[in-house]
Amino acid sequence: MKALLVAECRQGRLVADSAELQGFARALGAGASMVLVGNPGELPRFDGRLYFADAREYGEYNPDVHKRLVLQAVEAERPDYVVFLHSSYGWDLAPRVAVAMRSAQVSEVGGIVAGGFVTGCCNGKMRRTVRPLTPCAVLTLQPGAFPAEPSGGEPEILRLEAVKDASVELLRYEPPSVGGIDLSRAEVVVSAGRGVGRREHVELVRALADALGGEVGASRPVVDAGWLEHERQVGTTGQAVSPALYVACGISGAIQHVAGMKGAGFVVAVNTDRDAPIGEVADLLVVADLVRFLPALVAKLQA
Amino acid sequence: MNILVCIKQVPDMEARFTPNATGTWFEESGLAFRMNDYDEFAVEEAVRLKERLGGEVEVTVLSIGPDRVVETIRKAMAMGCDHGVHVRDDVATDRDPWQIATMIAGYARSRGFGLIFTGMQSLDRGSAQVGVLVAELLGLSCATTVVGFSCDGATATVERELEGGTRAVVRLRLPALLTCQLGLNTPRYPTLPNILKARKRELLVLSPGEVGVEAPLAEASGFSRHERRSTCTVLEGEAGELAGMVVDLLKERTAVLRRGGGR
Ligand SMILES: Cc1cc2nc3c(=O)[nH]c(=O)nc-3n(C[C@H](O)[C@H](O)[C@H](O)COP(=O)(O)OP(=O)(O)OC[C@H]3O[C@@H](n4cnc5c(N)ncnc54)[C@H](O)[C@@H]3O)c2cc1C
Ligand SMILES: Nc1ncnc2c1ncn2[C@@H]1O[C@H](COP(=O)(O)O)[C@@H](O)[C@H]1O
Repeated sequence: MKALLVAECRQGRLVADSAELQGFARALGAGASMVLVGNPGELPRFDGRLYFADAREYGEYNPDVHKRLVLQAVEAERPDYVVFLHSSYGWDLAPRVAVAMRSAQVSEVGGIVAGGFVTGCCNGKMRRTVRPLTPCAVLTLQPGAFPAEPSGGEPEILRLEAVKDASVELLRYEPPSVGGIDLSRAEVVVSAGRGVGRREHVELVRALADALGGEVGASRPVVDAGWLEHERQVGTTGQAVSPALYVACGISGAIQHVAGMKGAGFVVAVNTDRDAPIGEVADLLVVADLVRFLPALVAKLQA
Repeated sequence: MNILVCIKQVPDMEARFTPNATGTWFEESGLAFRMNDYDEFAVEEAVRLKERLGGEVEVTVLSIGPDRVVETIRKAMAMGCDHGVHVRDDVATDRDPWQIATMIAGYARSRGFGLIFTGMQSLDRGSAQVGVLVAELLGLSCATTVVGFSCDGATATVERELEGGTRAVVRLRLPALLTCQLGLNTPRYPTLPNILKARKRELLVLSPGEVGVEAPLAEASGFSRHERRSTCTVLEGEAGELAGMVVDLLKERTAVLRRGGGR
């Protein structure tokens, strides 16, 4: 079995999660080769064949051209699997490669079972097994599902070339908005999710954060609604936090949120839904309406 | 310019899901359905563009699914879409992303849409594939995870959201397909008069055969619940009682109440 692993480069740096591709190949028991459109000064640690094109020449984000480059490596390797990270680069490029190959794609693979790949569904609450019906399949890997296992050694480099015309052009990067709030050092973070229901109820969350001497965090919908500042967003597109105590109030536990708080020491979730996926990472799940429970908890803490 | 928006109807994620008879997907009875969150941003962006450009722009909304999806198509029309297309397909939930994409592409192929908006992913399946597959099948330029959008008629300039909240500003040639991410805009609530008006409008109803559907490339099985971490303690009861138990557990299992917390 052969896997072609597609590594990523962003703003000149090799994306660290690229090593998870190698962890996946090992878990699958597949021989691996890699592809990278990247920086020649930032190559993955990998003792196999690396198909390489220089991002300064071909662009860091240029899906038309990257597709052609990856397809050349596919042509040379004839793998059983072409494997991407489920990232802004991977979910953008993988389906393009899949269509060109007429191959099945399985997205957000979190596990390997006989006869297929396990993927989450229903916002992470449920899961199922998807089996590709085509000879080669394209996969994207759920972040963190497979251990980052860079192999030692230097790759054998094979240069890729492709025509450069493209319908999409990367103009520039805009950095995220930064403010004075740094959640990464907080001992306690109490976060508000969509389950707070209304802007006023964010105050209930703030009151608990105050009572615990912590900072207020948020899930994305609360930030998108303008109820809290973007700097308070926890997750893949916000901040990563690792407090001693994390309290998730009305947060379902979507994978992109959990990615930002799984370093927490002790996790308390307050949720009306007993089956909410936050239960998978929580140490304590309080099945309750936060509007009643949070004031009661604050009162107990202050008693 | 004509614009197409693709929307999916999904169940409320707070529902209790149980497997259907074949174990491929969830049992539908008892579930409440609504528009996929990501697709609301897609509808809103299309309607805003129409409002900006005025007269000659028309927005068509399309959904594939059983008769229940008509309600969601009507919601999109009440938000401002001009035309509704229902690809009536009772087995849509058993189709893989490739099949859904071949149907959308089959409909769109000869209709010359300048822009197609989809959601970045569906909440229930979450494959994040359908939009990009459609673009590739139609040979359109495409960008995913869009949180900012402007258009000058020949090109679109969009902001793609990347990990950590960095944005990539990207220019695309039209015709183009964009997959919309949460926070792109603030979707409007349809007004009552618009809801009533949308209810009376005629929909174009097509069958999968009429738009064209290809064989699946993948199959699913084993729909089931995620197991909760075995160390998770679940507490249920009255709020005051729960609060007492939580304080006790925090004292027992963490140090935060000793470190000057609990003020
Ligand atoms: C590329 C990408 C990046 C993303 N990045 C992030 C990110 O950085 N951070 C992030 O948070 N999300 C991110 N998301 C969004 C993520 O997928 C989820 O949509 C989001 O985390 C859901 O937020 P939520 O849990 O607050 O809302 P929901 O999923 O709607 O959950 C609300 C929860 O509240 C519960 N609830 C309802 N009422 C009450 C009540 N009265 N009392 C108690 N509980 C109640 C419900 O049972 C439910 O579990 C990203 C998505 C994508 C596609
Ligand atoms: N049945 C459907 N009908 C119309 N559009 C759909 C359908 N399924 C998916 N889509 C579109 O494709 C996007 C991505 O879906 P998915 O690939 O399932 O994550 C959705 O946000 C919709 O815009």
